[in-house]
Amino acid sequence: MEMPVPSQHRLDRKSELVLRLRAILPADCVIDDPMETRAYECDALSAYRCPPMAVVLPYTTEQVAQTLKICHDLNIPVVPRGSGTSLAGGAMPTSDSIILGVSRMNDVLDTDYDNRVIRVQTGRTNLSVTGAVEADGFFYAPDPSSQLACAIAGNIAMNSGGAHCLKYGVTSNNLLGVRIVTMQGDILDIGGAHLDAPDLDLLGVICGSEGQLGIVTEATLRIIHKPEGALPVLLGFDSNEVAGACVSDIIRAGVLPVAIEFMDRPCIRATEDFAKAGYPDCEALLIIEVEGSPIEIEEQLEKILAIAATHNPVEMRRANDLQEAARIWLGRKSAFGAMGQINDYMCLDGTIPVSKLPYVLKRIGEMSREFGLGVGNVFHAGDGNMHPLILYNANEPGELEKCEAFGAEILKLCVEVGGCLTGEHGVGIEKRDLMDHQFTRDDLIAQMNIKDVFDPAWLLNPAKVFPLDASASRRDGGM
Amino acid sequence: MIHFPTSEQDVAQYLGAAKGSVTIQGGGSRTLHQPAGDTLSMEKLTGIVDYEPGALTMVARAGTPLADIEQTLAQENQRLAFEPVVMNDVLGKTGASTIGGVFASNASGSRRIQAGAARDFLLGVRCVDGAGTIIKNGGRVMKNVTGYDLVKLLAGSWGQLAALTEVSFKVLPISETEATLSVAVTDPVAAVALMTRVMSTPYDVTGVSYDPAQGVALVRIEGFEKSVSYRSAELRQVLAPFGDVDILSDLASRAMWQALRRLGPLVGQSGTLWRVSVKPTDGPAVVEALHGAPYVMDWSGGLIWAVLPSDFDLRASLSQIAGHATCFGQGHSLLHPHSAGVAAIMQGIREKFDPHHLFPTHSKAA
Ligand SMILES: Cc1cc2nc3c(=O)[nH]c(=O)nc-3n(C[C@H](O)[C@H](O)[C@H](O)COP(=O)(O)OP(=O)(O)OC[C@H]3O[C@@H](n4cnc5c(N)ncnc54)[C@H](O)[C@@H]3O)c2cc1C
Repeated sequence: MEMPVPSQHRLDRKSELVLRLRAILPADCVIDDPMETRAYECDALSAYRCPPMAVVLPYTTEQVAQTLKICHDLNIPVVPRGSGTSLAGGAMPTSDSIILGVSRMNDVLDTDYDNRVIRVQTGRTNLSVTGAVEADGFFYAPDPSSQLACAIAGNIAMNSGGAHCLKYGVTSNNLLGVRIVTMQGDILDIGGAHLDAPDLDLLGVICGSEGQLGIVTEATLRIIHKPEGALPVLLGFDSNEVAGACVSDIIRAGVLPVAIEFMDRPCIRATEDFAKAGYPDCEALLIIEVEGSPIEIEEQLEKILAIAATHNPVEMRRANDLQEAARIWLGRKSAFGAMGQINDYMCLDGTIPVSKLPYVLKRIGEMSREFGLGVGNVFHAGDGNMHPLILYNANEPGELEKCEAFGAEILKLCVEVGGCLTGEHGVGIEKRDLMDHQFTRDDLIAQMNIKDVFDPAWLLNPAKVFPLDASASRRDGGM
Repeated sequence: MIHFPTSEQDVAQYLGAAKGSVTIQGGGSRTLHQPAGDTLSMEKLTGIVDYEPGALTMVARAGTPLADIEQTLAQENQRLAFEPVVMNDVLGKTGASTIGGVFASNASGSRRIQAGAARDFLLGVRCVDGAGTIIKNGGRVMKNVTGYDLVKLLAGSWGQLAALTEVSFKVLPISETEATLSVAVTDPVAAVALMTRVMSTPYDVTGVSYDPAQGVALVRIEGFEKSVSYRSAELRQVLAPFGDVDILSDLASRAMWQALRRLGPLVGQSGTLWRVSVKPTDGPAVVEALHGAPYVMDWSGGLIWAVLPSDFDLRASLSQIAGHATCFGQGHSLLHPHSAGVAAIMQGIREKFDPHHLFPTHSKAA
C-alpha cells in the first residue's frame, strides 16, 4: 500500500511538538515513547502498520481544540481515532503524524426520553450507548458486529451499518447532532435534538467523512423504544437465483423484516464444520428476522413461510423461542470465525443491486478458480451489501498481494453491475486507489472541495479516501 | 428569461455559460421566495429511468412530477415512505411538484418521525453545479459509504448549490391497513405530553399530530391486519388517561393523513406560512409565541406549521429555543444566525459549488 513519503521537516519537529503539547495537556495525555505508540500503529486492517510520532488522548473538547491548534501551527497531520476497529485502515497513522484518540471521552451527557435522544461523548462504545438506556426500554439502533468495541466516533466517521439497518437505517439516519472541532481548533455545534438542518445539511456530509473534516467529540443520537420481541426463520435453497427471487418476493409482498442474511455453500460448510449449528447442506441459505409482539411475529412469519414454500426450499425452519432463535443465528454469527479457522481471510464490503446477486456470485466463483483462492459469501441480502471472505495464507509470500488483486476485481465487479465499492466499512487506505472506478475526477473534486473548506491545509487524515495522485496537489499545498 | 433544458448536457451548457442570477425551479409548487434573475426550469427533464420493486429502489429524472412517481409506485403497492408534504393548496400554487423539488427541499411529511426524512431516502444524485460541471454522488443501492455523502448535503439545499438532474431513492411497501387513534385534547401542552408518550412505546407509531382547531391529537399505526388491531388495542389503553379515544379505521385514517399532508387545516388562512422545527417538548413554547395564529403540530410536537401576519417575524420571539424556522414567500430560513464558524463553512461550500454566485442563498439570519 503506497503512502506519502514522510516529511523530514515534520519529523524534525517532533520534540518541539511534544514539548508544546505537554505544556498545555495533563501529563498522561501525551504518549511519545516508541514502545507505547506501537499500540496505535494500525487498526483492524492489520496488514498495514506504521507508528505515529506521538499519541494524544485528551479528556475534554477544549483539550482536543488546543491540540489541533498546536498541530495546525506546526503543520503536523492528525489522524483521529476511536477504538481502532476500522477494517479500511482509516485510523492508520503515518510516521510524520500524530494520533488523536477520543477513547477517554466516553460519558453520557444527557438522556431525554420525551424527545428520544441521548447526547454522548464520542469515545463511548456503540453497545454502551444502548447499555445506558436499555433498562428504560430504549436502544440505539445501528449495530455493527464490532459494537462491543467500536466507538460512536468511528461509527460517525464511517457511517457504520449493522444487521438491523434494513429496518432502522445506518448511523447517518440516527445521528441528530455533533460537536466537532476543526483542524484550526474551532469548536462547532451542528444539529441537536430537533429534526433536519436549517440551511445546508453539514451533519449529512460530516457523517461518513472518515475523520477528514474535523474531530467529532460529542454526538446527539436518536434512541427508540425496543420492540416487544424478535424471531428468525431459516430457509435453505438449491440455487442462489431461487434464494434471490424469494427475497425479492418477500419484499414485494410488503413484509419488512429487520434483517435478511444470506450465506452461500462454501460459507455454510465452513460454519457447519466450526459451529455445528445444524444448517442444511445447500447452495444458499437465508436467515430472516422479524419483530413485534407474539401475534405480530406470527403474522409475518406465516407470510414469509408461505412465500418461501412457493420456491421449493430444501429446508424451512422457524424459531419458536429464544433458544431456537439463538441456534439459527449461531452459524451466521460464527461465519467469520469459521472462515478464520480455515485460513487467513480478507473481508470485502461492496454493495450491489439485489437483482444482480446470482450473476455476481457466479462471477466470484469463476474468479475464485482463476486466482486459486477460496471465497465464502455472507451477504445482507435485504440491502445488497456483500461480504465476500477471501481465504489466503499470510505466511506464503505473494498471497496477500494475490488476495488483494482478487478483492479489487470483486469490487470493480460490484461497481460494474451498478453498485459501489463499500457499503459500510469505508474507503480508508484500502479502497482509496479504486475510487477512480466508481467516480470521475470531477466527482472526486466535488468531494475534495468540501475538505478544502473544512481543512484547507489538508492536515486531517490526509492520505485517505482519495487516490493519492488526485489529492497530491492539495496535500502538498500544506507543506 | 426562463430556460427549459431537456437533457443533463443542456443543463451543463446553460449553467456553464450563465451570468447574473439563476433560480432553479421544479414545478414551482413550494418556492421559498420570489425568484431572482433567470429561471432554470427542470420541468422538461422527466422520466423514470429505473424501478426495481424487489429492491425497493427507483431512479428518476429530476423534473418528473411527484404525482407520476407516486402513481407508478402505487401500481406495485409501494410509496415514498417519507410522505412528502404537498404545498399547492396552502401556498395557492398550481405548479406540479417534481421529484427533484421534493428532495431539493427535503420535503418530509408526518411519517418522517418514524421512517426518516426525504434526505434519508435519497440514495444518489446526478447534478450540475454553478460552473456547469456534472457531478454524481451516491448511487442506487441502499448501503453506500464510498466517498463523502454529498447526497445529504444536496438534499434540502433549495437550489443553492447545484441543479439536480437525476435522483435515485429508496421506496417502501404501502401497508396493508392502518388505523388512527384520535383523542380529544384542548391544549398543546397536553397534546405534547400525549404525543411524546406514544412515541415511547414499542408500537411503531408512524404519525402523531395535533390539530388545535379540531381539538384532537392523532396517532397512526400501519401494517398487517392483525398487527394493527393488536396495537390499536394496546395504544387505546396507553391513551385512556389523556381523554376520550376514537379509532378511525383504514380508509378514514388514510383520508385524515392525506389532508394533513396537504396542510388542510391551514388552507385558506390569510398570511405567511411558517414551518418551525424544534424538539417536541419545546413545541408548546413555539405555540405560545404564535399569539393565537392558526397552526398544526406534527412530529410529536416538534414540527409546527403556522400562518402568521406578513409583517410578523416569529424568529424574534424564539431566541431561547434551539431549532430552525422557515418562512415561505419571504425567504428567511433560520431561527438563529449560524455561529461564525458554521457560517464560514457554509459560505465556503457555496463558493465551491457556485463560484460565479448564480444561485440564491437562504441563510439570511434574523
Ligand atoms: C470484527 C469486526 C466487525 C465489524 N463489523 C462491522 C459492521 O457490522 N458494520 C460496520 O459498519 N462496520 C463494521 N466493522 C468496522 C468498524 O468496526 C467500524 O468502521 C467502526 O465504526 C469503527 O469504529 P472505531 O471507533 O473503531 O473507529 P476507528 O477504527 O478508530 O476509526 C475509524 C475512522 O474514524 C475516524 N475517526 C475516529 N474517531 C474520530 C473522531 N472523533 N472524529 C472524526 N473522525 C474520527 C478515524 O480517523 C478513521 O478514519 C467491523 C470491524 C471489525 C473488526
